[in-house]
Formats: sequence, structure tokens, C-alpha cells
Amino acid sequence: MRVANIQVSETPLVLYALRRADDALILGHRLSEWCGHAPMLEEDMALSNIALDLIGQARELYSYAAKVEGKDNDEDKLAYLRDVRQYRNLLLVEQPNGDFAQTLVRQFFYSAFADLYWRAMMASRDTTLAAIAAKSEKESAYHLRHASEWIIRLGDGTDESHRRAQAAIDHLWAFTGEMFAVDDGERALIHAAIAIDPGTLRGRWLTTLSDVVSEATLELPQTDWMQQGGRSGRHSEHLGHLLSELQSMQRTFPGQTW
Amino acid sequence: MVRVLERDSELRRRAWDAAASVVDPEIPVLTIADLGVLRDVVLDGHHVEVAITPTYSGCPAMNMIALEIEVALERAGFHRPKVRTVLSPAWTTDWMSEEGRRKLRAYGIAPPQASNSRRALFGEQAVACPQCTSATTELLSEFGSTSCKALWRCKACREPFDYFKCH
Repeated sequence: MRVANIQVSETPLVLYALRRADDALILGHRLSEWCGHAPMLEEDMALSNIALDLIGQARELYSYAAKVEGKDNDEDKLAYLRDVRQYRNLLLVEQPNGDFAQTLVRQFFYSAFADLYWRAMMASRDTTLAAIAAKSEKESAYHLRHASEWIIRLGDGTDESHRRAQAAIDHLWAFTGEMFAVDDGERALIHAAIAIDPGTLRGRWLTTLSDVVSEATLELPQTDWMQQGGRSGRHSEHLGHLLSELQSMQRTFPGQTW
Repeated sequence: MVRVLERDSELRRRAWDAAASVVDPEIPVLTIADLGVLRDVVLDGHHVEVAITPTYSGCPAMNMIALEIEVALERAGFHRPKVRTVLSPAWTTDWMSEEGRRKLRAYGIAPPQASNSRRALFGEQAVACPQCTSATTELLSEFGSTSCKALWRCKACREPFDYFKCH
């Protein structure tokens, strides 16, 4: 049975919450793919725990987006009944897990940003976003520490782990620019002190990256060219495959609950 | 943080006690009052609304806790109770009671340290072994058996143990 996609009235605030919710859900889903497959038990638990935190953040953000929209949508519909072109996440978070280095480099790039982002968002004039930020900020501090330790361990490890970590950095680098981009709608929210300007975080983000990467004996790429599109629904081929798995139950058995 | 109502009646106390008896399904020695998850109980006539605050964003125990609060209140004679989730202020392990910390330790889980040590987590920290109390311990994994715990090992008695992370 085919289930129609929902329509979402993307006012600037709805879209803002939706974009962050999509980031958290898609990255959380990617990490959950390691459950039962990670190279060691501790990592299996770590990645699943981080996935759980992210999916929890996504739920709060989706619920808020639905509330602000004020229509018939809810967190489940927003997650399960939108198609690829309606998803607003960063291209970075939908990139496949690849090898362990690629998963951890993706996590490192994102967590280094999320940690700064949520801390700054605690000052948002929007009380719900500020409350979600206060919660997420504590979690992202752990996520960043976990990822940083792995980058150092992989980079400063064996020749093979070093090579793979560097390859992951080189491959994923072009997806990091999107984190700092803003459109007109977001600019208005920044002006109203509801959102923060991510551009102001870039310097500190780079410092975190440089510190960890140099300790790991790795290097950041020198290229400035960045891939974009996720925020407006133009995704890589990978997201469709991810969604087909994530949404298969609701698409097959509409409205099913546990 | 708990609001003291003017109408702090016998009835409200009964409602509070019923809600406060609910335990964390993952750590059954701790009640939600010990944890600081139970924030408020508001009584309007015979209608009760309970406010709880989640520990971690994705903690799967929260749904179960909400359900068990409803059951506990129904049993205590309050019909159709409501459970409301409040996000702000964000839960912190500083809200865990002394009694809760003592129970945790007796259960074999090292209780959380003060939250001002959280950012310092990026450096060294000393967590005492809940079994033999030795301070010579090491972190095995930042993430343990549940969202709220990390996995440690005691170098003195060689036993692994859970540490309730400060948050």
C-alpha cells in the first residue's frame, strides 16, 4: 500500500526546527546501523547510546516543529511521511558509515559543531529551543569527547588506521560548509535572536578541529570548495536508501503503533 | 526547584507519595524522587498533574516511567492523572538526593560527581570503586549499559563497575 507524503507549511521557524531535527534523526539512524556490528562491544554501546541521544533530540525538535506549524502533523508523521526532497538535513549526516574511520570523522565534524551550536542556542529567545539546547549541549559534550579520542587514536595509530582516517577527512570535508550557511529565513530568525549565526562559530569549530587533528598527526584539507543542497532538499543518492529502511514500517502499515 | 503549593494538603501529599514511589526501570533501587526526575505534583480538585523532566533526550525509560506514574496514581485513587514533560530547566545529576547516591553505591554503581566537574571531564577525574572504595580506577568506556552510565574498572579489586555520569 502506498502512503501519501504529508505536506509541511515551512514557515521560517518550522523549517528551522525541522532542519535540526532532520540532522539529528538521520545521523542517529546512521549510527544505529552499527548496532551489533561495531568493532568492539564498548563501541557498539557507545554508538548506540549516541544514536539514542540524537533520536531523542530529533523527537523534541519534531514535536516543536509540529506545534509551531499548528496543523495535523506530529513527530511521527514528520519523520515517517516525508520523502527525500522534503528532508532538510545536512548532506554530511546522510553520508554512509563507510569504515569505522569514516563514521568517526563524520561524527567528529558534526559533534564539534553541535557542541558549540547548542551551547550558543541556550541563549535563544525561543524558550523551547533554549530548553532543547540546554539538554542537547550536555550530550554533545560527551559525543565530541568520544569522537575526538577516536580521531587521535586512529590518526596516531597504525599506518592503516592513519591512512583511513586521513582518507575520511579528505572525503567528508566538502560536506562541512553547509553547517555554516544561512538563508533569508534563518537570517530573520538570527535577527530576532531566536537563532544564532552559525558563521560566528566557525573560528572556534576550526580551532577544535585543528587541535585534535594535529594531535592525531592528520591534516585538514586546504580546499575551500563546499558541496551544498541538503538544507533545501537536494540530497545525495544515499538518503533515499536510508529513508526506505527508516520508513518501511509506516509506509507498509500506515498508522501502526506498538 | 519543587514548587510548594499553597494548598499543600494531605491529598496532595498522597498524590506526591504515589508518584514518588515509582522506580527507574533500569536502576530499580532509585525512585524518580531520588533521581530528581519528579519535579512537581499539581492537584486541582481530585485531578492530578505530574511534571517530570527527562534525564537524557533519548532515554527509553521515560515512557515507561510516565506510564507507571499513571498506574501508581490510579491505584492511589486519582483518576485519569496527567503526566507532563518539562524540558526546562534541564535535568542535572545535582538533583539526585543524598539518599539516592547512597542507594546507588550500595547497588554497585558509583554515584555522579558534582556537575561543575563535567567540563573538566575532558581531563582526569577520580571515581571511587563502589565495591572496595579504592580511588585507583580507570575509564573503560564513556558509554555504558544505559545512556546515563559509563563503564569503569577498579585497578585494586579488578572489578568492572558502572559509573552514573554527571550531567
